[in-house]
Amino acid sequence: MFASQVSRIGVMILKQLSRGKSASITRAGYTSNSYRHYLQPLFDQQSEINLLRGTIFEKHRLFSTSSASHSSNEGIEQKEKISVTFVDKDGEEKHIKVPTGMSMLEAAHENDIELEGACEGSLACSTCHVIVMDVDYYSKLEDPTDEENDMLDLAFGLTETSRLGCQVIAKPELDGIRLAIPAATRNFAVDGYVPKPH
Amino acid sequence: MALFQARTWLSRTFSSVASQPLRVCVVGSGPAGFYTAEKMLKAHREAEVDIIDRLPTPFGLVRSGVAPDHPETKIVVNQFTRVAQHERCSFFGNVTLGSSVTLPELRELYDVVVLAYGAESDRVLGIPGEDLSGVYAAREFVWWYNGHPNCRYLNPDLKNSDTAVILGQGNVALDAARILLRPTTELATTDIASHALEALEDSSIRKVYLVGRRGPVQAACTAKELREILGIKDLRVHIKETDLLTTPADEEEMKNNRIRKRVYELLSKAAMTRPSHHSSDPRELHFVFFRKPDKFLESDERSGHVSGVRLEKTKLIGTGPGEQTAAGTGQFEELGCGIVLKSIGYKSVPVDGLPFDHRKGVVPNIRGRVLSDTSGNPTLLEKGLYVCGWLKRGPTGIIATNLYCAEETVSSISEDLKQGKLTSSSSSGRDGLLQLLDNRNVRVIPFGEWEKIDSEERRLGNLRNKPREKLATLEELRKVATE
Repeated sequence: MFASQVSRIGVMILKQLSRGKSASITRAGYTSNSYRHYLQPLFDQQSEINLLRGTIFEKHRLFSTSSASHSSNEGIEQKEKISVTFVDKDGEEKHIKVPTGMSMLEAAHENDIELEGACEGSLACSTCHVIVMDVDYYSKLEDPTDEENDMLDLAFGLTETSRLGCQVIAKPELDGIRLAIPAATRNFAVDGYVPKPH
Repeated sequence: MALFQARTWLSRTFSSVASQPLRVCVVGSGPAGFYTAEKMLKAHREAEVDIIDRLPTPFGLVRSGVAPDHPETKIVVNQFTRVAQHERCSFFGNVTLGSSVTLPELRELYDVVVLAYGAESDRVLGIPGEDLSGVYAAREFVWWYNGHPNCRYLNPDLKNSDTAVILGQGNVALDAARILLRPTTELATTDIASHALEALEDSSIRKVYLVGRRGPVQAACTAKELREILGIKDLRVHIKETDLLTTPADEEEMKNNRIRKRVYELLSKAAMTRPSHHSSDPRELHFVFFRKPDKFLESDERSGHVSGVRLEKTKLIGTGPGEQTAAGTGQFEELGCGIVLKSIGYKSVPVDGLPFDHRKGVVPNIRGRVLSDTSGNPTLLEKGLYVCGWLKRGPTGIIATNLYCAEETVSSISEDLKQGKLTSSSSSGRDGLLQLLDNRNVRVIPFGEWEKIDSEERRLGNLRNKPREKLATLEELRKVATE
């Protein structure tokens, strides 16, 4: 009971943060854009990836002051890292190291893994849906909140061990976790959001 | 490894330089349009994508459909903005398919045309009294509170009665009910249109009835929206306990559908909960199940104006495994009200030269490829013409549904390119379009000018402690964009 209350407060804090973020869309849009221009002459392919991952850079900027924009990265560097494997839509595996405290959505984007994140981790969409491939790891996660379950309702190809990538936070017990990114289902249901039996 | 990547990159660059660009036009800049553009840009390095929209503003229903108190849902515009700013992508607002440029002209100018202009009309009930004043489509009400220029002057009648009836129990119905019932002090800090906020502050509506043809197990809303409206401060929720009784067929439906089950559980819980204290300004939300509208009643005092709805009781009849529809029982009752919002579904509108299935309200297509007629003959394809979003699959689903929808349409385009059914030609694309629009004195509003609108709206919002104050007429939008 107490735990679920705490997590609900967490969600509320998250929502507050995201509200602040939505108020600075223009600024964030420009920063990611300037970053792209900086990269473009060097390696054009990167800009494609940036379509997806600009969000993460914005997030880091938001959590840090402008004078010390790298401090958050450095802080994370000193933390413990865990191994995470993403299995993408084509079945290809990608092994990455994720600092504790970081969400799987952020980690995916930092490592150029194509995981959508339409609402940028504010629990308002289901696009960062991942499937925990091992039940033992799934049970090590906190239970999803009502709010996360509301979004999982709308996820494509929902399974018994589905979670939102933005809500799975790296911690030592999760070292070795494998996450599958569900493939887009070809013949999606008429309603668009009718999930598999649960 | 790095060398290999560099080599692939080089060869790709050269091959794209050597070949003609693939000229793509996407019509409509909502989620379906932007996801299509994004996937085209990623899948085809030779693609140049132009997105046109009839409004000066991009983002379709993210701007004019998503409720003002759902700012998190709108964050996706960050992603769409990055797409619009991509070097091979352009946005041209204030360009209307059918009048600024015709579909045959567009198909002549571009190698690929993807129609993603959604559903801008409404299904009708076809019952007496539907034309009475005070009866609105929920879409109009939503456009009104979201500052869509086409409904700026809707002025829904919120002052002559304390009761609103909403027909339908989907998320749009719940959004409309929440806007009517939520304390306006909470709405004041959202990006709700100021004309709507002022009208809601003066509103006398205190009771909202949400009417559904079927039962609580079949309610079309999702748990998030339901949880939200049930949590409104000082709101008394009324649900008849007898309506909550389930049949084996209901149980079967819930077993196979997680949303239905969770929605039913929320409704059951709400039916048991009674507010602990009496509020000074009580508001009521009534869920009315197993009722279908039979006719709208005209007011005796104000002729031409609605005064209520006659409802027919229904019962559920199994039509297939896990499927039940509502059938009338011949028993009627009347529900008085001063305003009715019909939230029974949107409808797409065809343009000249476009095959259209009037029965289904969509463009006949196979996986996004437009078919020449509704016979379903897969060999009769309209070359280079594709659809995505609501125009392709009907007006259902969430923003993310368009992600998968766009993926399907783009993979159809890719297959057609691979099989030579589609080629990049020497068509003039963007230059040709801009020339044609210039000849017709159509003032195009590019993305840079939308950004001027965007910052002006934020500036005005800032003055009122709102994230944004939407400019809600075409004149204002065009003025800010071009001055």
